[in-house]
Amino acid sequence: MTIEHEDIYKIADHHRFQWEKAQDCYVILFPEGMVKLNGGAGEVLNLVDGVVPVATIIKLLTQKFPDAPNLEKDIIGMIELGLEKTWIQKIN
Amino acid sequence: MAEQNNGVSSSTTTTQPLWLLAEITYRCPLHCAFCYNPTDYDKHTQNELDTKSWLSVLNQARDLGAAQLGISGGEPLLRDDIEIIVEEAHQLGYYSNLITSGVGLTDKRIDAFKKGGLDHIQLSMHDITEEINNFITDTKTFQLKKKVAAMIKDRGYPMVLNVVIHRYNIGHIKEILEMAEALGADYVELANTQYYGWSLINRNQLMPTKEQIDHAELVTNQYRDKVGNKMKIFFVVPDYYAERPKKCMNGWGEVFMIVTANGDVLPCHSARVIPNLEFPNVKDDSIKGAWYDSPAFNKFRGDEWMKEPCRSCPEKENDLAGCRCQAFLLTGDAESADPVCSLSPNRHVIEKAVLDAQNPELQAKPIIFRTDKNSKRINEGEEKDRLSEFHSVP
Repeated sequence: MTIEHEDIYKIADHHRFQWEKAQDCYVILFPEGMVKLNGGAGEVLNLVDGVVPVATIIKLLTQKFPDAPNLEKDIIGMIELGLEKTWIQKIN
Repeated sequence: MAEQNNGVSSSTTTTQPLWLLAEITYRCPLHCAFCYNPTDYDKHTQNELDTKSWLSVLNQARDLGAAQLGISGGEPLLRDDIEIIVEEAHQLGYYSNLITSGVGLTDKRIDAFKKGGLDHIQLSMHDITEEINNFITDTKTFQLKKKVAAMIKDRGYPMVLNVVIHRYNIGHIKEILEMAEALGADYVELANTQYYGWSLINRNQLMPTKEQIDHAELVTNQYRDKVGNKMKIFFVVPDYYAERPKKCMNGWGEVFMIVTANGDVLPCHSARVIPNLEFPNVKDDSIKGAWYDSPAFNKFRGDEWMKEPCRSCPEKENDLAGCRCQAFLLTGDAESADPVCSLSPNRHVIEKAVLDAQNPELQAKPIIFRTDKNSKRINEGEEKDRLSEFHSVP
């Protein structure tokens, strides 16, 4: 599935995304599972809120991490992974 | 505290608990032949933790990092404080799961759980036939389970069905999956019986053949290809037919913590079968002290404790020498390699178990169902003949 800039995604039903203080990272929780997300993946999913499109996520993270190379490619890659793992779903 | 790096914890430090399983009561209206609860559970039905103690356990474990909570038993719905526990769990940020037979789930209770923030309900199912459901659980619960499945779906919960697989239902995998799909299941766990507690003493009556397992796995894979992500199917492989042991609990004291009905804090469900290990209890010890400092939790962490052939095995990180309880139950030595491993000098006990389970004379001995009466009888030293081949004889 191709990820378009106008696509809007949200955390999938029956999944919960939250910050874990003890783990010092974002996690996704779902029936029988828990995935700890590394820094970059957590930053992307933190913006997957069912409101803003992919273009806005790219813009916000580019402002936050102006020196990161290949940022757009990494963000799209993370969204693809999230879809494949069914952590997120498309709503538009 | 362990250092975390890109979500991967360092192997040289003690990690935090991520999963808390609250085995909140050993009382159960079902009498399943394959139950992994301890056969001596009758000792622990009179001294259950009270509500306040459970709320303290939840708070303490959450502070340490536990995020997944299983509320299990026995049948947790036999307690009338699950609503309070669910609400507290939600407020603390747990992803909470009620693991139930469905007996005792009413509209009023499920609505209260939903309101309190329970995240999902895992329902046990046994077969597509009423006859086998009722036989293996020693109850008449078949119709009830279908009703409960509909209630769970109706409240918008993810439907998680757990089906323990054994000789009596392994021929019905396709039909079981069809039933699960028809009920709207989102997740199905086909859990081949692991032999601990009641299932161990009923092993000759429950264990399927290798051919049956292989066929079941093939059918499962075909069904998985057909339904895709719509219904996620997990097939928990039975270890007796494997060449290598399972990485039990993902490592002793690595991610799982179990608090039992009477407050014992354990690294796995059956850890109390191992002799000379004193487990912490929440009545006397903090959860933090239990996890980090108790001798029991530190006993099998890392690989220092391993004996040969595990200690120098290039594969030891893959399975951490397998299951400590199984090693003890089947060899009498909790520090030995899990006998499931083909490199174990005790592999012959697994081969004998497989042969015994195909012996019509042994198969024909009656199942000992999980009942209070049978637990009492076992505690009083009855069934000695049946138990003598295992090292769990009380």
